[in-house]
Amino acid sequence: MIAHAIFFYTFSIIAVVSAIMVTASKNTVHSVFFLILDFISISCLFIMIGAEFLGMIMLIVYVGAVAVLFLFVVMMLNVAQQKNQWFASKDSSKHIPIGLVISTLIFAEIIIVIGGWKYKPDLFDVNNSISQTGLSNTHTLGQILYTDYIHVFQISGMILLVAMVGAIVLTFRQRSGVKRQSYIKQISRERAEGVEVLEVQSNKGVKIDD
Amino acid sequence: MEYLNIIFDEVYKILFLLVPVLVSVAMIVWLDRRIWAFVQKRQGPNVVGPFGLFQSLADALKYIFKEMIIPSSSNKVIFILAPIVTMTLAMIAWAVIPFSATQVLSDINVGILYLFAVSSLGVYGIIMGGWASNSKYPFLGAIRSAAQMVSYEVSIGVIIINVLLCVGSLNLNDIVIAQQNVWFVIPLFPMFVIFFISALAETNRPPFDLPEAEAELVAGYQTEYSGMMYAMFWLGEYANILLMCAMGAILFLGGWLSPIELYPFTLIPGAIWLILKILLLFFLFALVKAIVPRYRYDQLMRLGWKVFLPFSLIWVVLTASYLFYFNLLPVN
Repeated sequence: MIAHAIFFYTFSIIAVVSAIMVTASKNTVHSVFFLILDFISISCLFIMIGAEFLGMIMLIVYVGAVAVLFLFVVMMLNVAQQKNQWFASKDSSKHIPIGLVISTLIFAEIIIVIGGWKYKPDLFDVNNSISQTGLSNTHTLGQILYTDYIHVFQISGMILLVAMVGAIVLTFRQRSGVKRQSYIKQISRERAEGVEVLEVQSNKGVKIDD
Repeated sequence: MEYLNIIFDEVYKILFLLVPVLVSVAMIVWLDRRIWAFVQKRQGPNVVGPFGLFQSLADALKYIFKEMIIPSSSNKVIFILAPIVTMTLAMIAWAVIPFSATQVLSDINVGILYLFAVSSLGVYGIIMGGWASNSKYPFLGAIRSAAQMVSYEVSIGVIIINVLLCVGSLNLNDIVIAQQNVWFVIPLFPMFVIFFISALAETNRPPFDLPEAEAELVAGYQTEYSGMMYAMFWLGEYANILLMCAMGAILFLGGWLSPIELYPFTLIPGAIWLILKILLLFFLFALVKAIVPRYRYDQLMRLGWKVFLPFSLIWVVLTASYLFYFNLLPVN
C-alpha cells in the first residue's frame, strides 16, 4: 500500500506541476512538452486504478498523435518571437476583466465539484473490479460500450467522421497552374515519348524544344 | 526489507533482459553492415576481431572518447534529452516481449497496446533532437519524420486490429498461443507484407530513410549530434528495428512457438525460436536496405495514406465478416 501511495503521489504531483507549467512557461514549445508530460503522468494514474485500456489509449491517441500535431504546428509558427508579449504589453490590462470573470467561474465550478466529492472506500483495490466478473478491464469496457451504449458510441463515431470530412472540405482547394505529379503517367511513359535521337551538325547545335 | 528484496529481484530481471538486448543491438549493427556489403560484393567490416565481430565495440569506444559538442544556440535541456528519450523508449518496450510462456518481464493484459504506444512515442526523440538543434537541416528532418511516422502508425494500428480480431485478447502471450494451429502469416499474408513495409517506414529504414536523407539533409535530425549522444540515437534506432522485428515475429510468425510441434524441435527453448524469427526478419530488413533505392517524399505519403490505409481497412472488414460468417470469432 505504501509503494502504491508513493507512486500515486509522484505521478499526481508531476501531473499538477506540469499542468501549471503548460500555462506558466514562456516558450510555447516547452508548454507543449509539459502538456505531453501531463498526459503521460495521467495515463500512469489511469493504469494505477486498473483502467489499463484507458491509460494506453490515452498514450496512443493524445501523446502519440494529438500532441505530435500540436508540436508540429507550434514549431512551424515560430512563436518564440511573440513570447511574453501578452503579459508585458500595454494592452494586457484590457484582458484582465475577462480573465477574472472566466477564472472566477471555473473556480466556482471546481468548488461545486469538490464539495460533492466522496472517496470510494476501496479506491486502491485494483483487482476488485476484475475478480467480480472474471474479465479483464478491456473486455468489460467492450461489453458495456457495444451493448448498452451502442447508439451513443455510433453517434460519436459519426460526429467525428463529419468533423473530419468538414475539415477536409474547408482546407481543400484545387490550385490551377500547378504541375501535378501523376504516378501512373510517370511509370507508363515509353522511351519513344521521352527520347529523341538527333544528328547534330557541327557549329549549328540543336534547338531543344521546351 | 521486503520491498528491497522485490526491487533487487526486479532489477536483476531487468538487467538480465536489457544487457543481452544491448549486446545484440551492437551485433546486429555489424550484421547489417556485413549483409549490406555482401549484396554489393564488398567485404564490409572484417578487420576488428574474427570476421570483424568486434567492429561495433570499437565504434562504441570511439564514440565514448569523442567530445560531445552542444551548439551554443541550441536549446540545451531538450538537446540532451532527445537521445535519452529515444534510447529509453527503445529499451522499455522490451518489458512485454514474451520469450516463452513464462519468460516475460511484465505479462500485462494490454501488451500489444503498450508496444504500439511506445513505438508511437518514438517520434518524440527525433522531433526534440531536430527542434532543439536550432538549425535548418535537423528541423526539416524532424518535420519530415514526424509526418512519416504518424502516417505509418495508422496503418500499423489497423494491421494490429486484424490480428486482434483473430485472437480476441490484447495479451502478447495469448496472441502467440492463438497461432498454435497456423501462424497468422498464412491467413493474413497481405497484412504481413504491409506490416513489414510500414515497419521499415516507422523505423526510418531505407528505402524510407527520408528524415536522414544524406543527399538532401546532411544527416537529418542527427546533424548537430556528436560523440556519445549520437551513439545513443544510433543504438536507439537499431533497438527499435529489433523491436519491430520482434513485434512482427509475435504478431505473424508465432512468437516463441516452434515451427513444427515434433520431438526434436520441441526440445529447443522458445526463446531460441523467437530470436531466430527476429533474425530472419532483420535479415529481410538488411536486404531491403541493400537493394532498394530511396523513395520520393510525396510517394512515401501517398503509399501510406492512399494505398496501405484503405487496403488494411478493407482487410479488417473482410476478416471480421469471414470470422463472423463462419462463427470463428474468439469468445472468452
